[in-house]
Amino acid sequence: MSKSEIKLEEILISILCDLLSEDNHVAVGAASPIPGAAALLAKEEQKQMQKRLRVTILHSLRFNNFTDGARELFDCAAQGRIDTFFLGGVQIDQEANINLVGTGQYPKLDKRFSGSFGSALMYYVIPKVILFREEHSPRTLVKKVDFISAPGVSKESLYRPGGPKYLLTNKALFSFNKNNKRFCLEKTAPGINQSDIKKLTGFKYDLNTSIKNFILPSKSRLKILRKIIAPMVSEFYPHFAKKIWSN
Amino acid sequence: MLPFEKLNIDEIVSEIKDETLLGIPADYSGVPMTFTKELIKKKVKNLKLYCLPLTTIQGDMLIGSGCVDEIEAAAVSLGEFGQAPRFQDAVINQRIKVKDSTCPALHAQLQATERSVPFMPLRGIVGSDLSKYRNDWQIIKNPMKNSGKEGEEIILLPAVQLDVLVFHASKADRNGNIQIGRRRELATLAHASKKVFVTVEEFVEEDFFENEVKASATLPALYVDGIAESKNGAWPCGLTGKYEPDYEELKTYAFAARNQNSFESYMKGFLNSENLQAAQ
Repeated sequence: MSKSEIKLEEILISILCDLLSEDNHVAVGAASPIPGAAALLAKEEQKQMQKRLRVTILHSLRFNNFTDGARELFDCAAQGRIDTFFLGGVQIDQEANINLVGTGQYPKLDKRFSGSFGSALMYYVIPKVILFREEHSPRTLVKKVDFISAPGVSKESLYRPGGPKYLLTNKALFSFNKNNKRFCLEKTAPGINQSDIKKLTGFKYDLNTSIKNFILPSKSRLKILRKIIAPMVSEFYPHFAKKIWSN
Repeated sequence: MLPFEKLNIDEIVSEIKDETLLGIPADYSGVPMTFTKELIKKKVKNLKLYCLPLTTIQGDMLIGSGCVDEIEAAAVSLGEFGQAPRFQDAVINQRIKVKDSTCPALHAQLQATERSVPFMPLRGIVGSDLSKYRNDWQIIKNPMKNSGKEGEEIILLPAVQLDVLVFHASKADRNGNIQIGRRRELATLAHASKKVFVTVEEFVEEDFFENEVKASATLPALYVDGIAESKNGAWPCGLTGKYEPDYEELKTYAFAARNQNSFESYMKGFLNSENLQAAQ
C-alpha cells in the first residue's frame, strides 16, 4: 500500500472517530472492526489532547473493561455508563428499525442471518447509537424491515433514554431525527452525489441544507491510525487488520 | 478418595441424553470442542441448545450433524468467518426451531434461576418482533409506585434451568475448583444448571482458595459434578489466556460447511482427528 492511497475503510474509521469526540465511554460489540478501530483512534487523539475517553471492546482482552462476565456490558449500558455504541443491520428502514435476523416472513425466512445480539436492550438505553452498515443499497436500506430486532423509536410511555443518532454506510452519513422519525442526509462519499444516494436508498429521507463530501483523514490522523491503532486492532480482529494494513 | 469426581470425556458424554437442554458457552468462554466431537459421534438426537448468549462452530456442527431440535440464542455465526451455514440451512428448511432472543435476556433468564425466583424483568425488547414471537415472555405495567417510570411497560422473562452444562477451562485445582478467570458468565451458567461438567487443560496440585486473586477467578467445586482432562480441548476455538483460535482450521470449516456434502466430508476427518496444537 502506498502512503498516499487512503482506503475506504480508513475514511469510514475517520468519520466515525469524529462522531466520538465528546464522549466519555464508547463501547464496541461483536463483529465491528471499523467501529473498534474508530473508538481506539478517538481515544488516542483525546489522549494527545490531555482528555480521557474510555473504550470497551467486547471481543478484546486488553480493551475490555469488564470483569463480571458477559452480562456486565448490558448492565453497564442500562446504568447509563455508556455514551455511544454501534449497531448494524441486515436491513435498516425509514424509521431506523433494525433487522439482524433475516429476510422473508418470520419464522419462514428466505434468508437467515446471525440474530439480534444485544440490540434489543442496547438500542433503548444508550444515548447515542450509531448505525453502521457498509453496504448501501435498496436491499439493506429498506422502507420497512422484515423483522424488527429493535425498533428505532418507541412510544413515550416506555423507558427509552437511548436510540439512533447516525447511520453511516460506505456511501453516506445520515443523522436521525426521532421527532419526525426520519433520517437526514448529511454527507456523501467522494465521487457520490445526491442522486446516486437517492437511487441506492430504499426509503425517503430529508436533506441537510448543505450536504458535503466525507472529510478525508488528515495526514497526522492517518499516521496515528496506521502506526498506533492498526497493531491494536490486530489483537482482536487479525484478519481485518491484515486485509487493510498489510502490504 | 479424590475430593471431586474425575471422569473421562466418554463419561461426560454419557450424561447427555436425547432431548437434553444443554448449556452452550460463547466462543470467548471456553468451548468444549473435544466433548462436542464425542457427542456428535454418539449420534445424540433432539438436543435443545441454550446459548449464553451465542454460539459459533460448536452450535453449527451440532446442527449440521442432526443432533439439534431447538436453539435459544441471541446469535449464531462463525464470527470473523461470516454466517453459520449449517444453522442457516436448518432454519430455512425448518429442521430446527429457533427461539430468537437477545443477549441480556439470555443472561436474565439464568439469573432468575440463580436466585430461585420464577421470572426476571428486563428493560428494552418491548416493541420489537422478538417479544411478538416469544409466548413465554410477558409484558406487564410497572406495578411499583416509587421505583422506575410509573406505568411503563416492562417485560418479564421466565427462569430457565439447564439440564446439563459442559464447558472447557484451563485448570482445575486439587479440590476440583475451576479457574474461569474473568469469564463470570460461566458461573451464571453453572448456578443455573442441574449438572455441570468441565473439561480442563490440566489438573494442578495447588488450592486456588489459598490465594485471593486466584480465588476470585474460581468456580467453586460445589457447582461441579465432574471434571475430565482434555489437552487443547477447545481446539479449533481458542482458550482465553492459553491459546488463540486456530484461524486456518476455522476458515477451512467455514468453507466446508457451505453445503451439507462438503460439511459431512469435513466432519469425517474432524471426528477422527487428534486435537492439534492450536496456533500460539
